[in-house]
Amino acid sequence: MSILNLAWLIPLFPFLAFVAISVFTYRNRALSHRLAIGGITIAFVLSQIVFWAAVLLPVGGGEQAYESPLIHWLSAGVERFTLGIYIDPATTVMLFMVPLVCLMIFIYSVGYMNFGTPEVDPRYSRFFAYISLFAAGMLGMVVFNNLLTFFIFWEIMDTCSYLLIGFWYEKKSAYQAGLKAFLVTKVGDLFFMLGLLLLYAEVGSLAYRDIFNPGTLEHLAHTPFLGTQFSMATVIALLLFGGTVGKSAQFPLHVWLPDATESPPPVSALIQAATMVSAGVFLVMRVFPIFAVAEEGVLAIGGIHITIVALIGALTAILASIIAVAQNDIQRVLAFSTISQLGYMVAAMGIGAYVASAFHLITHAFFKALLFLGSGSVIYGMEHGHRDSRIANCELQTHVRAHSPCSHPEEFDPNDMMNMGGLAKRMPRTFWMFLIGGLALSGFPLVTAGYWSKDAILVQAYEQSPAIFWVLAVAAGLTAFYAMRPICMTFFGQPRSKAAEHAPESIPSMTVPLIILAVFAVGLGWAGIPEHFPVIGGLIPNWFHHFVGSTIEAGNAAEHVAEAAHGFVWQPTALWVIFALGGMALGGLVYGWKPMQAGEMDRVEAAMRKVWLGWLYDAMRDRFYFDEIYQATFGRGSILLADLFYMFNHGVVDGLVNLVGRAGRGLSEVSDVFDLRVVDRLVDLTGPGTRALSDLSAVVDLKVVDGAVEGVGDTTKAGGRFIRPIQTGGIQNYLLLVSLMVLALVMTFLMMLFLQI
Amino acid sequence: MIPLEWVLILAAALFCAGVYGVLSQRNGIAVLMGIELMLNATNINLVAFWRYLEPGAATGQAFALFVYAVAAAEAAVGLALIIAIWRTRDTIILEDIDLLKG
Repeated sequence: MSILNLAWLIPLFPFLAFVAISVFTYRNRALSHRLAIGGITIAFVLSQIVFWAAVLLPVGGGEQAYESPLIHWLSAGVERFTLGIYIDPATTVMLFMVPLVCLMIFIYSVGYMNFGTPEVDPRYSRFFAYISLFAAGMLGMVVFNNLLTFFIFWEIMDTCSYLLIGFWYEKKSAYQAGLKAFLVTKVGDLFFMLGLLLLYAEVGSLAYRDIFNPGTLEHLAHTPFLGTQFSMATVIALLLFGGTVGKSAQFPLHVWLPDATESPPPVSALIQAATMVSAGVFLVMRVFPIFAVAEEGVLAIGGIHITIVALIGALTAILASIIAVAQNDIQRVLAFSTISQLGYMVAAMGIGAYVASAFHLITHAFFKALLFLGSGSVIYGMEHGHRDSRIANCELQTHVRAHSPCSHPEEFDPNDMMNMGGLAKRMPRTFWMFLIGGLALSGFPLVTAGYWSKDAILVQAYEQSPAIFWVLAVAAGLTAFYAMRPICMTFFGQPRSKAAEHAPESIPSMTVPLIILAVFAVGLGWAGIPEHFPVIGGLIPNWFHHFVGSTIEAGNAAEHVAEAAHGFVWQPTALWVIFALGGMALGGLVYGWKPMQAGEMDRVEAAMRKVWLGWLYDAMRDRFYFDEIYQATFGRGSILLADLFYMFNHGVVDGLVNLVGRAGRGLSEVSDVFDLRVVDRLVDLTGPGTRALSDLSAVVDLKVVDGAVEGVGDTTKAGGRFIRPIQTGGIQNYLLLVSLMVLALVMTFLMMLFLQI
Repeated sequence: MIPLEWVLILAAALFCAGVYGVLSQRNGIAVLMGIELMLNATNINLVAFWRYLEPGAATGQAFALFVYAVAAAEAAVGLALIIAIWRTRDTIILEDIDLLKG
């Protein structure tokens, strides 16, 4: 038995924590968060064991992926599904990242949700149950060996994201954001599922081992799809990519992610760094062999060949970074930066830069978690500063709560960067950590992890597709610019509101995770320094490339060729670093040189309005109206469809029913006339004769028959009066009666059966 | 392997819990939950009989899937009804709803 089999247990403990909290310990807050943190800690320790084992032992680290003994899991008719764990380098690096970031976020949450203070969140335990399930979903998705479990855990995460984004569901915007995230990702999931069905129909298995063997891939690449010119592999790859588009918030399904910041900030960090959005990119990483053989997914635009995947990634990267420049909500800036960075990863997958993309996925998880938690710390400080300044102002109020400090709370948005400023002095630890995160995001050369991973992507983009390179390089410049913006606006200058003046530094349980994440946001880059890089290139072996790259064998020769033929290519690195440093310098100049005053218009906005580009700024601020467009087309469309059905129902179905009714009425009127004219006449004719007879029978009738009839009537009436009370109108009473009757019948039946009556 | 009877006892217990929920809960949504429990108890029976008695055929699973579909439709309709009642009568406490009283 290999030590790698411990991976079975990794998703188990967070899941157990979820069950235990939601069933048993939800009343006890301290026990609940201890369980959640304990669960993820065990998962973390196990993951570390598996990680180092996979790295150090030949199995799992080499070309051969490790697959555990299989258990029989699910059978449907003659189909049999088996379940096992599958550990290859992609899994391994995810196992390094996910539990570690999750653990930091869990610890941070204890502080953020105000544990041990009077303002503790009323659904504190529930929060920890949800995030435990979320972590279990992500870990389960990573370790198991087939796409079906992948899909199941993927959906578990979707459910959790719905629950967590709408966690503060008293806020209308929060529950709407939750619903939006759920519905938009479902659009992508539909394609994902279709891809799975097609793949299963074609291969007959969803286990990675069966799909990724060269024979199967060959078969997929050469089978045409329904007689079209596309190969099966292309169609399957694009359908699966639909799942990525939804989950990783790529254009055109990126609209849910900015709204997801309605959730508590630790959840933003969880969703947008460690788990949910990484899942989309991880899916491409997972099924990369299919993408590698699906070469027909190529568009030709102006003679330049770009794969659809790369195109969508690059488009997303540039679009999101443009929008991010015009956002004032600190969390939204970060959300758009996430979308943009995911665009980088997807574009990298699209040009075949598998290793670079995986590397960026890992480094991004750390520095983005750091940024989100840092911004959470800022918001926490702002909320508390706001409360403290309110307390100073309203002496009348005796009972004070965090979120509604006065009887008539004025509108205050703790997320709005316009209200911040000067926080560097108030919250020094948060400031330094946020600065490190921001620099990593902008790709500050040599020191930060973000630099090395971005560099890896851009160098390969330069080789493979210059168009993609230029788009990504410009996006890198914009990224650096909008990364400096929150740093300067939040931490420098003078406080622009009372809340910022009073904001306290966050407690250690929040700042310590920041520091740990910051260490990784810097140090992780050293695992992937290219060997040909001047001076520092050979000092540390490019471990990441050797380890992760080994999965791709000969399948992706281009990568190796590019690497081997040129050695160190300085042009792309120099170009994009100029962009990035330029962006940073510009951002620092615009926002940091002369810090903004209270009530001042945003500098970029002012400049753009001066040169008649105000409309463009409005469009950027309103996210290029994607939400409005979707509302006007899909939202309105479905309402119209419902209206149409309503009208159909009203006009056609109701009309038919009414028509039948009217016809019936007409018929009855005709027969009424017939009755009066014809039948009555006939009856009248026979009248006199029968009259005498009837007089006779009247006597009998009155005495005998009437007596009987009235007797029956009276009896019925009395019976009705007797059983009337049981008609209460309460449906449950009726059901109870029905159940008792059924029970009685069953008893009778059994008695007849056994007593041989 | 777990004996069939155990599974059936589990299903029966679940069904009884469902019945109890439907009959005793005052909240309309809780009643819907009870119905779901009953449907799921049925599902357990279907799948159990399929697994133990007819493992070669797919009928048990197919029926379970049908039950799922029906349950989903039932939940959708039920929730829509509850929302409609809430809008017109401002309550989902079943005792207060006696429209069926003659």
